[in-house]
Amino acid sequence: MNALLPNLLAQATSLPSIAPEGGSAWMPPQASGHAAEVDAVFYFIYWVSVFFFVLIVALMVYFVLRYRRRVEGELPRLHSSHSLALEVTWTIIPLILVIVMFYVGFRGFMDLANPPGQAMDIYVTGQKWLWTFKYPNGHDDTELHVPIDTPVRLILASNDVIHSFYIPAFRIKKDAVPGRYNKMWFRPTRTGEYLALCSEFCGTQHSDMRARVVVHEPGLYEKWLTDVSDPFKTHTPAEVGALLVSRRCSGCHTVDGRAHVGPTFRGIFGHEVGIKGQPSVIVDENYIRESILTPSAKIVAGFENVMPTFKGQLKDQEITAIIEYLKTLSKSPEERSP
Amino acid sequence: MTTIDATSPFAPPAGDPPVNYLTATRGLRSWLFTIDHKRIAVMYLVSILTAFLLGGIFALLVRTELWTPGRTIVDADRYNQFFTLHGAIMIFLVLIPGTPAALGNFVLPIMLGAKDLAFPRLNLLSYYLWVAGAVLAVVAIALGSVDTGWTFYVPYSTTTSMGGVVPILTGVLMLGFSSIFTGLNFIVTIHKLRPPGMGWFRMPLLLWSLYATAIMQILATPVLAITLLLLIVERLLQLGIFQPGLGGDPLLYQHFFWFYSHPAVYIMILPAMGVISEIVPVFSRKHIFGYDFIAMSSIAIAMFSFFVWGHHMFVSGQSTLVATIFSLLTYSVSIPSAVKVFNWLATLRGGSISLRTPMLYALAFICLFGLGGLTGLFLGALAANVHLHGTYFIVAHFHYVMMGSALVAMLGGIHYWWPKITGRLYSERWGQLAFVFVFIGFNLTFFPQFLMGTHGMPRRYYNYPPEFQLLNQMSTVGSYLLAVGFVIMAVYLLHSVFAGRPAPANPWGGATLEWRCASPPPTHNFDSPPPVGDPYDYRDLVYNPRSAGYVSAARPAP
Ligand code: HEC
Ligand SMILES: [Cu+2]
Ligand SMILES: [Cu+2]
Repeated sequence: MNALLPNLLAQATSLPSIAPEGGSAWMPPQASGHAAEVDAVFYFIYWVSVFFFVLIVALMVYFVLRYRRRVEGELPRLHSSHSLALEVTWTIIPLILVIVMFYVGFRGFMDLANPPGQAMDIYVTGQKWLWTFKYPNGHDDTELHVPIDTPVRLILASNDVIHSFYIPAFRIKKDAVPGRYNKMWFRPTRTGEYLALCSEFCGTQHSDMRARVVVHEPGLYEKWLTDVSDPFKTHTPAEVGALLVSRRCSGCHTVDGRAHVGPTFRGIFGHEVGIKGQPSVIVDENYIRESILTPSAKIVAGFENVMPTFKGQLKDQEITAIIEYLKTLSKSPEERSP
Repeated sequence: MTTIDATSPFAPPAGDPPVNYLTATRGLRSWLFTIDHKRIAVMYLVSILTAFLLGGIFALLVRTELWTPGRTIVDADRYNQFFTLHGAIMIFLVLIPGTPAALGNFVLPIMLGAKDLAFPRLNLLSYYLWVAGAVLAVVAIALGSVDTGWTFYVPYSTTTSMGGVVPILTGVLMLGFSSIFTGLNFIVTIHKLRPPGMGWFRMPLLLWSLYATAIMQILATPVLAITLLLLIVERLLQLGIFQPGLGGDPLLYQHFFWFYSHPAVYIMILPAMGVISEIVPVFSRKHIFGYDFIAMSSIAIAMFSFFVWGHHMFVSGQSTLVATIFSLLTYSVSIPSAVKVFNWLATLRGGSISLRTPMLYALAFICLFGLGGLTGLFLGALAANVHLHGTYFIVAHFHYVMMGSALVAMLGGIHYWWPKITGRLYSERWGQLAFVFVFIGFNLTFFPQFLMGTHGMPRRYYNYPPEFQLLNQMSTVGSYLLAVGFVIMAVYLLHSVFAGRPAPANPWGGATLEWRCASPPPTHNFDSPPPVGDPYDYRDLVYNPRSAGYVSAARPAP
């Protein structure tokens, strides 16, 4: 269902938070098997650093206060200029500490690098400025859905420049490099919605290159995949239309009666609408179809001609579904179906 | 400030002031074609500070844009140009040449008791190559600018439509040669012009660090030059070197780039450490602690820094084995750095500590470098690096190292040698005020960025999730405080040039040779070779309140 490429604007307005509740002071919540291990490495180095930083600053402040020069030309109190024992000590202690740091970092990295044998493969493609996920059944989607407690392996590629796929809540990141496949894996441990980002600069909309990550309860992932792969099998056209509108049109159109970039969809069907420079029309199936395929043919009075055409992007069946959905949007929100 | 009247205790000796390098000849040509290392150093200083102003303006524009998520003042493309130009200017035009070419150029020959560098004309050529690089950067801005980031990653840099890419790459190429020539000059000078009596282990530590820096400049910069040349050729002729679509390998570019650019971090920080190793003992009036360890750690850092470049590529897809080796090697650099910090602290102990402006910057350096270095430990650990790479944690970390350390040390050095360079004293009180702004502003700007990074905000983001707005606004306010600090500094330093009190030869009580010649020095620095002693032995220097400077007890006051 390639035609479900969502509207980026629509996506941005409804994305989950980058750092939802449940994190620690320095880290976002832990939602994958790696997170606890990475955080342990982080906090180990953190406390060692805090110790040394406090030590350095405390010594400095103490020396400055204690040995402050009161009159210009005053002589120093002590004359020590070297001490092999001291210097060897402060070479060896940091050396031991950094070897430990290296080791814990290495151990965590090995876990990140080696997926278990029976992981589920999802292909991830980066392209300015959108992530696309190809599921084992061949379905393409712009959201990453995974079942909880299942190892998932992502195989990354890029169609243009280098991007980097990053899910902070999972503590994973890998570059998507054109011309090669990079791999990463994770095992989600907490249901909910998370955010995937691009963390390698890739141009104008680099910072909007985000995707929703959904971790499902056991069993619900399969349901989601069958639904989204062929929504008409399990849903009424109006329900599919609602999905399409929320993904593709909600950046510009609302369904609650408020005008946005474009007019609202609430209550337009069957009603008269004013057209710039032309007689007004009654909104019917043909008018909606025309608005989707050749938006510039009739511009609604009071709005700009900015709606893109969806010709070639929405199948006939999908356009029909949208029309069916719009029919259900009667004037008052209470009467509203799906 | 006060004007000098004859009854002031600070009045210069009666009669005409002695001729110095500033007054020896006059006119623009006498500057543009000078081969006096001191004049070249002054031209560098002025040019570099001008570039710093430009880079700083871009920084403020970046921070202002980030006041809100989404658009604040400019669109995304413009923002991308701002951070690219900020980074490229600050790194290639300011930090890399900063301390060696401006301050080092001035003091290195004098510290050796020499009349000039080994190759004075080459020195002037280095300067003009710098100018050419700077001009090309401006041309790049005029020709449609650049939006690649200072790292110029392929294939973004070979495919972006902005027209400034080739000019800025050519500019950086020029700057590379400028840097190579300076390094060459310093190495030969230190080898050949050391005076009798100054063995390697009696050199001021600044010279050790400039020497180590020069080695890196000579060995690493050619790789950058070739890489950029290949990139230019690739962009112009569409050859397949790095571009995957044409059969090239984009990771090869990253390897080449970081093979230079990691050592470049130490090209920036080593001279800074050298400056700190001069300031700390002088303002403690106490011999530097552990001279040999500090000297050797400079060489160790220079050597290790060649073998760690892969730590910039832990998530790029390089093999696990390679990543592991680079992680291990990366930690090796932290040891000599830690050694230096502890040695500076030990130098303070039992000293006679004076908190003049240069020392304030040196102490700030120890704190900020401490934090910058410690946060590097997180990035060296593979598992933590995966989460932190490419986020604001990196941005904060390298600003603590490059601005908080390299630039702060350079500011310390400017304040330390200012009386020597200009022959004038600046106002201590204003100096301290500016310092407070710089120190608080810096930490307010960059500390919140650590938190943004650990919570997952990637760098180079024009639009950010709203939960990061508070941290971003703190950072922006911090950058404005920093700017205020720099404006105050510019005002009192300029004021001192025109109306400052004349500086004595040795205002701080330094024992390195530059404090033995007049302030400012005569064109040939010394009439007769100065006696060489231990550069950190302050025992025969006594304070003379009449001249407000230190004089050697062994010899009559100058
Ligand atoms: C970039 C913003 C944008 C997007 C995305 C967009 N539209 Fe529009 N749309 C507009 C604007 C602006 C108008 C009014 C001007 C005009 O008629 O072209 C409009 C008008 C319409 C109209 C006529 C409304 C009326 O009251 O007469 C329909 C129907 C419509 N759009 C359907 C859709 C559908 C279905 C989608 C998603 C598949 C969609 N639009 C996506 C901006 C957008
Ligand atoms: Cu990106
Ligand atoms: Cu590095």
